[in-house]
Amino acid sequence: MGREVSESCVDNLLIEMVSSYCDRFYANKPELAARRIEAIGYQVGHQLSERYTMERPRFSDHLEAIKFICKDFWSEIFKKQIDNLKTNHRGTFVLQDNQFRWLMHMSIDPSSDGSGLSHDASGALVDNKAAQAASMRLYFPCGIIRGALTNLGIPCAVSADISNLPACSFVVRIKV
Amino acid sequence: MPPIAPRSGDAIFASTERVNAELFTLTYGAVVRQLLTDLEEVDEVNKQLDQMGYNIGIRLIDEFLAKSNVSRCVDFKETAEVIAKVGLKMFLGVTASVTNWDAEGTTCSLVLEDNPLVDFVELPDTCQGLYYCNILSGVIRGSLEMVSMKTEVTWIRDMLRGDDAFELQVKLLKQVPEVYPYKDDE
Repeated sequence: MGREVSESCVDNLLIEMVSSYCDRFYANKPELAARRIEAIGYQVGHQLSERYTMERPRFSDHLEAIKFICKDFWSEIFKKQIDNLKTNHRGTFVLQDNQFRWLMHMSIDPSSDGSGLSHDASGALVDNKAAQAASMRLYFPCGIIRGALTNLGIPCAVSADISNLPACSFVVRIKV
Repeated sequence: MPPIAPRSGDAIFASTERVNAELFTLTYGAVVRQLLTDLEEVDEVNKQLDQMGYNIGIRLIDEFLAKSNVSRCVDFKETAEVIAKVGLKMFLGVTASVTNWDAEGTTCSLVLEDNPLVDFVELPDTCQGLYYCNILSGVIRGSLEMVSMKTEVTWIRDMLRGDDAFELQVKLLKQVPEVYPYKDDE
């Protein structure tokens, strides 16, 4: 086992990073804040996947690489695997984590979402502050996944869906 | 009921939820790098890292008090020891030594030989002047302020600048009497 730090170090760093970008640096430009948070995640994912794949042979196809993200990669970060993987076999993969750690400490009230709006991290309408903060926070793991896959030679777009809290689904669309 | 004994930093760290430090270290590194890109000025990055740390510190103190059972310290010397041996340990998994006390007992140094924030980090020449670990000084300042101590926290030595250790000087500016947000008769 390598070095460890308390989980709250990561939690607090993420909370503060997101609020610095959303409330201070780009207070009136949520799209820019989102891009920066995603970019930070991208760097982290890129570096982590470089480290975690050093000793292994190249992946033979996209599915193998996605499975690596769901199992080994997710376990390194969250000490659990992705719970459910779906694909349409045309380059879209949905990775579902039933208890996504980075949302667990957030209080989001799903009942306030009476109009069935989609909480899509790619920028859909959000109807309350908590949900907005949550979706801002999700740009970070989306960036991590995109960075990790890009490092494995798979350019893609990643968005998140939290319509089934506390489950979180990451939708990976591979660019062809 | 007898008071609950304070817990050692090792015991708290062992029982706390922990994560892979690589994730933390690389995330912090990515944040610093993004701030350098977005804010351009190194001084401004130092300032923002300190501010982020301060904001974290004012929240982290609650977790610290809840998990450590540490009650009021008799003096600033005890406070410094608690930060070095319990606070740093329970969050970062490392301890510091406390040295360089001034005669009044209001200024000391926390010396860290090991610091998970800087694993894999090398600063390019363009980052001269950057206090890479400035978030840490902000955390200490913020959390102490929540327990009524105004402090000034500055870096004296920094391994990323070629020193042999990390040395943080903590200077107690004043002890603020606790102010309650309401009066008893309200």
